[in-house]
Amino acid sequence: MDLSYSPEYEVFREEVRAFARTFGSRAPRGTMDGTREWQKLLIEHGYAARTIPREYGGFGAEPDVLKSRIIAEEFIAAGLPMGMAGQGISMLVPTLLELGTEEQKKKFIKPTLLGEIIWCQGYSEPGSGSDLASLTTRAVEDGDDFVINGQKIWTSTAAQADMIFCLVRTEPNAPKHEGISYLLFSMKTPGIEVRPLVTMTGRAEFNEVFFTDVRVPKKDIVGQRGQGWFVANATLKHERRMLGDPNQAGTRMRALIELMQNEEIDGHRLMDNPVFRDRLLKLQARVHATEYHGLRLLTAGLKGEDPGVARLIVKLMGCELNHQLAAFAIDALGELGMLYSGSPHLRNNGNWQSSYMFDLGLIIGGGTAQIQKNIISERGLGMPREPKAAKA
Amino acid sequence: MEFGLTDDQKMMQDSVNRTLERVSPLERVRKAAGHEPYAPDVLKVLVELGAPGILIPEEFGGLGLTLLDAALASETLGRHVAPVPFVASSVMAPLALIGAGSDAQKARYLPRLAAGEAIAGVAVSEQSSGAREKAGISAKAGKLSGKAMFVLDFGGADIFIVADKFGGLHLVDAKSKGLEKTPLNTIDATRAIGELNFDAVEAEALSSGNPAATLDRMIDAGRIMFAADALGAGGRMIEKAVAYAKERKQFGRVIGSFQAVKHMCAEMIAELEPCRSLIWYAAYAFDEFPDQSRRMAAHAKAHTSDVGTFVARTATEVHGGMGFTDLLGLHYWFKRIGFDRQALGGPEKVRHDAAVAQGWVGN
Repeated sequence: MDLSYSPEYEVFREEVRAFARTFGSRAPRGTMDGTREWQKLLIEHGYAARTIPREYGGFGAEPDVLKSRIIAEEFIAAGLPMGMAGQGISMLVPTLLELGTEEQKKKFIKPTLLGEIIWCQGYSEPGSGSDLASLTTRAVEDGDDFVINGQKIWTSTAAQADMIFCLVRTEPNAPKHEGISYLLFSMKTPGIEVRPLVTMTGRAEFNEVFFTDVRVPKKDIVGQRGQGWFVANATLKHERRMLGDPNQAGTRMRALIELMQNEEIDGHRLMDNPVFRDRLLKLQARVHATEYHGLRLLTAGLKGEDPGVARLIVKLMGCELNHQLAAFAIDALGELGMLYSGSPHLRNNGNWQSSYMFDLGLIIGGGTAQIQKNIISERGLGMPREPKAAKA
Repeated sequence: MEFGLTDDQKMMQDSVNRTLERVSPLERVRKAAGHEPYAPDVLKVLVELGAPGILIPEEFGGLGLTLLDAALASETLGRHVAPVPFVASSVMAPLALIGAGSDAQKARYLPRLAAGEAIAGVAVSEQSSGAREKAGISAKAGKLSGKAMFVLDFGGADIFIVADKFGGLHLVDAKSKGLEKTPLNTIDATRAIGELNFDAVEAEALSSGNPAATLDRMIDAGRIMFAADALGAGGRMIEKAVAYAKERKQFGRVIGSFQAVKHMCAEMIAELEPCRSLIWYAAYAFDEFPDQSRRMAAHAKAHTSDVGTFVARTATEVHGGMGFTDLLGLHYWFKRIGFDRQALGGPEKVRHDAAVAQGWVGN
């Protein structure tokens, strides 16, 4: 146990701080062009796309999770936005690096990193959620093309996306896991219709995507035909890591402490109410536990050790904690907590309610809490799988 | 930057674990529970491993290790519901002597504690948890009067470290005149606690250094130890529940294949593993970041108590009716966790201490 950083890392931290001082004023202010410029600057300095090889447009550094952590810490401290983090960058790029052809890597990675290609993910279908491998969107070979028919759902950024990485059934007679292919194609292809999917938050964070005789080139397949399930699993691994972000819980806890110290009922600070204070303390312990658990996994990763079940619980516990933090803020605010959507007296721009609802979506999405518990008990504790139901 | 155990720490914990597997199986625990103040044969083997001297400096015959090492030992003792003194005698009492003892007191008592030749009870409940039934100790001209309840490692103790009402620390010989000792039966028969009544009892003051700060440190360390004990006991209960669920058959299949049962096991491990990370940090902070010690010890204790309680009842339920019987002996772990929860302050009390430590509210 040693939570200090060695001199090499302290030097690195100073470099990041110097960057923040020198270039902080160039941080983007909401425009897409500004965001792309910022991303380019970050890549040049190694603060985005850090470990992606230079030949594909990255910075080309050796993987070093401590340096990544220092970058994140210093950017948060300086109030600077991190690099772009859409599904293309966080999920497709690692997949292409692992399983793409040389041509695909050359063609797609660099423009993706620079924000010139925005991607969306076409996995879930109305009939295929937790049982994703049962998906039925068909792709039929026709000359140099596949012709696609079917529907995807829960597709975030579909309206803005240039391209999609998409799972389709190419071998309808193969067993369900062996009949899927992983295709890349343009969202501008004729026959694609995007419909916004409004959720309980009142916003359309997702879309439905309909494919009617969509003709796409066969060559933009990642991995072999029928191997798409295994390609997708490489990607899902990256998604689960993305969903269990412990920094978010720490940020929310700080906001909650501030809320408890500043909000008053009958002229008394909420912090002076022992019932609310006890709930806050319970959550603070969980936030700390989550934070140190993250450090433990980080160290295990550095040493090349498999943390086993300790890693499998991250998505389940992280999403649940964030949800509980938002739930507590709403209770602490009471009737103020139910205000929403631009109302007078609204606190925190309505974000507590918004998070409370959206977090429920995150608990369900990316592998439901129940699927997570199956994974924890089966892979982590070695318990048997549910026997398959007999065919009717 | 490394958040994890060293190879030495893993080896030490493994060696204590294997030793206890051998010398303190359930049959041995049963024999001791409620019949002996502690199991002398088990303690003897732990002395050979150096456990009682884990925090005592090498110059006094101890191992001079960190609180994290002590937490790993405590976790292992909880794992085996070991019927031996530890939290008071091997952690809190040595810290009292190191923090507030004179050179002569250190030289006189620390080597005996390290060698397992003396057992030290610790009476701080009124300070850590609040006084019940008007308990409390007054010190006047080197003599103690009053009542101290819930004295830890009371059974078989040769000396007691006693906190008075003003946070002063005193050392009392167990055979002192005017000292009345009453054992208290708790649910956890693997620990022998008791009550001390003082009628103008001769005491040595531990008044070097900073006794008030030392008392806080003793309580923080003790809380981390009880959290670690509950972590070990809870971890073992999960292992037992998972093993049972893989064997026990109903409706023609092992019950571990039912999602209702699997999810209970998944929830237990998902709750307990982050406690391990929290306890490691709290123990490390005790030595490295003393200004965080009170808060982190309180959080480790309160959170692990809550999770421990959940694990204890859920693991029992996974065992069905058998879990409820004496036959299986699972209740020793259930009760150990129940003891760990209340000793040195229950969750609400220690969370309040965490609030005070952060300046959120007055004491």
